[in-house]
Amino acid sequence: MRSIPGWVLLALWIASPAGHAAGRFIILASTTSTENSGLFAALLPRFTERTGIEVRVVAVGTGQALRMGRRGDADVLLVHDRDAEETFVAEGWGLERFEVMFNEFVLVGPADDPAGVRDLGDAAAAVARIAAARVPFVSRGDDSGTHKAERRLWRAAGIDPVSETGSWYRELGSGMGATLNTAAAMAAYTLADRGTWLAFRNRRDLEVLVAGDPRLHNPYGVIRVNPARHPHVKAKSSGVFVDWLLSSEGQAAIADFRVAGEALFHPAAKPARSPAILPRSESQDPSKPADTSRARKLSAPRKISTWKPRSWAASVFTGTSSTKRVVAGARSNRSRSSR
Amino acid sequence: MSPGTHRGNEGVESILPLELVDLTYIRAGLRLVDRISVRLEGKGRTLILGPNGAGKSLLLRLMHGLLSPTSGTVHWRGQAVSRVAERQAMVFERSVLLRRSVRANVDYALSVRRISRACRRGRIDQVLERTGLLGLADRPARLLSAGEQQCLCLARAWSLEPEVLLLDEPTAALDPAATRSIEQVIDDMASVGTKIIMTTHDLAQARRMGDEVLFLHRGALVERTPATQFFDEPESSEARAFLNGERLP
Amino acid sequence: MQDLVDAFGAAFALLVGLDRDLVEIIARSLWVSSLALALAAGIGLPLGGAVALLRFPGRRVAAVGLNALMGLPPVVVGLVVYLMLSRSGPLGFLGWLFTPMAMVVAQFLLITPIVAALTRQVVEDLWEEYDEQLRSLGASRLRAIPTLLWDGRHRLLTTLLAGFGRAIAEVGAVILVGGNIAHVTRVMTTAIALETSKGDLALALALGIVLLVLSLAINAAAALAGDVARNAEG
Repeated sequence: MRSIPGWVLLALWIASPAGHAAGRFIILASTTSTENSGLFAALLPRFTERTGIEVRVVAVGTGQALRMGRRGDADVLLVHDRDAEETFVAEGWGLERFEVMFNEFVLVGPADDPAGVRDLGDAAAAVARIAAARVPFVSRGDDSGTHKAERRLWRAAGIDPVSETGSWYRELGSGMGATLNTAAAMAAYTLADRGTWLAFRNRRDLEVLVAGDPRLHNPYGVIRVNPARHPHVKAKSSGVFVDWLLSSEGQAAIADFRVAGEALFHPAAKPARSPAILPRSESQDPSKPADTSRARKLSAPRKISTWKPRSWAASVFTGTSSTKRVVAGARSNRSRSSR
Repeated sequence: MSPGTHRGNEGVESILPLELVDLTYIRAGLRLVDRISVRLEGKGRTLILGPNGAGKSLLLRLMHGLLSPTSGTVHWRGQAVSRVAERQAMVFERSVLLRRSVRANVDYALSVRRISRACRRGRIDQVLERTGLLGLADRPARLLSAGEQQCLCLARAWSLEPEVLLLDEPTAALDPAATRSIEQVIDDMASVGTKIIMTTHDLAQARRMGDEVLFLHRGALVERTPATQFFDEPESSEARAFLNGERLP
Repeated sequence: MQDLVDAFGAAFALLVGLDRDLVEIIARSLWVSSLALALAAGIGLPLGGAVALLRFPGRRVAAVGLNALMGLPPVVVGLVVYLMLSRSGPLGFLGWLFTPMAMVVAQFLLITPIVAALTRQVVEDLWEEYDEQLRSLGASRLRAIPTLLWDGRHRLLTTLLAGFGRAIAEVGAVILVGGNIAHVTRVMTTAIALETSKGDLALALALGIVLLVLSLAINAAAALAGDVARNAEG
């Protein structure tokens, strides 16, 4: 055989991680909801421009994202299944968990609403009606955050839908978008996060039928993978990323992200002030501090970053300070202000 | 060493005579070559004649070592075929040329025999010149005419400077002019001392070229006679019938 | 129906407009699959030739095995590559997971059996014709492998195109090991998967049409080159 041509070797080099001139990057394991809604496309360029750190998003279900973290295949996680996240941290796989933002789940279904759940304030009652009517309901079935939230609804309703799997209850094992495609095609009910729903283009007859139940609250947490478990993870860069997400700039970027004029995610890393009501209408301005504080209250007392929006950029990026100082500064700031 | 003078290497012992003893080849229960015993000396052109299915081509392949006999032996001066394979060459009725240039086809044969690159070039040019192919040296071999292709096969065989050349109906598919030029090359090779063993169905060609004839029928050697005698008064009734164009039993 | 009309319109606009992201994705698809093909050819061609010509114990088993591996499910390949390249896996130290290199590895594993199995067939067919001649010239079966690979080059081109087609059209394995990261590991097929999951079926189909056009162009170019070479070489 002819020997391996030089261009193959060149291509090999280009393909290798070293071939990327981009320099520093971190792997962010996150959910399909955040990726499909377009949030990261809006958010991450601002972070990269600020810090020079590229964020590579691998969008999978929350369950798989946490497994990626356990295997050491990601540097930082942005997911939405609080119980699983806390287990992850408690087992030592992750550093501290910080609440970043929230949105809500909505129960969507066909416009003619055969189960008659429209405008029910109680999501558990709504799924109970769907079960009673035995009309099609599609479930993510993929161990994702949305899947877990859906299971909690069924538990609250005292129903075990899995015993009906294959009849009216359909478990897909798919991402949010694929599940919505299926629901649209089958004229079935399903639980979706509002972010993906708003950005979703193939709705056909589907409409939001139930929203606003506190049970439908959907908080997102960010966790850095513990470098003590996986020494290769880029703890410094992931620290910079988390600090930025929780900073006023990062939080504002989240609030600024809109699809068709509507905010999809609401910043949550702010100190509580007064109780407020979770936004029911999609048109309500969700970035008001009141909303976020309501969210905080709903989600029960947690160890949440109380990072004070300080002039992060001014202190770090106008000077010659290194990343190390950024991280160290952010940490001390956080610990100082936690109560 | 050149193709024209290679018989001058007196230091190397000849691989002839070729001695076949009770050579038998059976396939699917049929005795296709049946107890042939013969001894071929190191001179002249031996023609193997016989009707279709007489076993001529099989006999050549057994001599060349492409087939292994069911029983009996093939010995070249007492040695097995495998030991002398490099000192013989064979040209087939439908020879296979590689999908590359005329020159590269000859070069390939030489490289298989581990002849140094420096030696090859001179040999290739010489053998192409002798066969009249030098002007076509850079043409793709498969685009040559049938006659030129067979000529190239001979050139390739010649470049290996074989002591014995086996030819299996080398002109069966060629027109008279191409046949003549192939015969000319074979004559040239014979004239520098290469032993020729050849099968053919062309009786006129056999008359022109043969020094002696082996006549086969149904896998057996029926007679061996000098060519002149064979065509004038063959010994066996089978050969007589064959020469008269009769269908043999 | 409207979706299809929209898709063709969008595909046309994408191709004519030469959208920068699209060009980047196409370029990445092409070189990832080309590299995978180059590696698969480097292994698959000699391997196919060896299984066709060499006589060794288990040769029949190897031939059957290669044929069976042609139907390897991409997701299984992806999973195996993922577990190997994962930081907790044996090759984690390479840091290849979620890089184009991981996709190259997955595609390489996927198409090498295809290249090898189809090569075996081509070489075996050629050997029928070349067997006596090459043995007469004194070429061993080992020596015959490169000879037949070169003489079968026109037919093997089709084999390589089949491998390339499978590589560039594959999604299950590359999305798993590449992660479909924008500007890093997003290729045509994973972009299609992403747009589908966003419910933008028209854009997804448009990307599919672009992929098809690309595939047609490559095959047409290869067929043309093959014809020209065949006419020139006989």
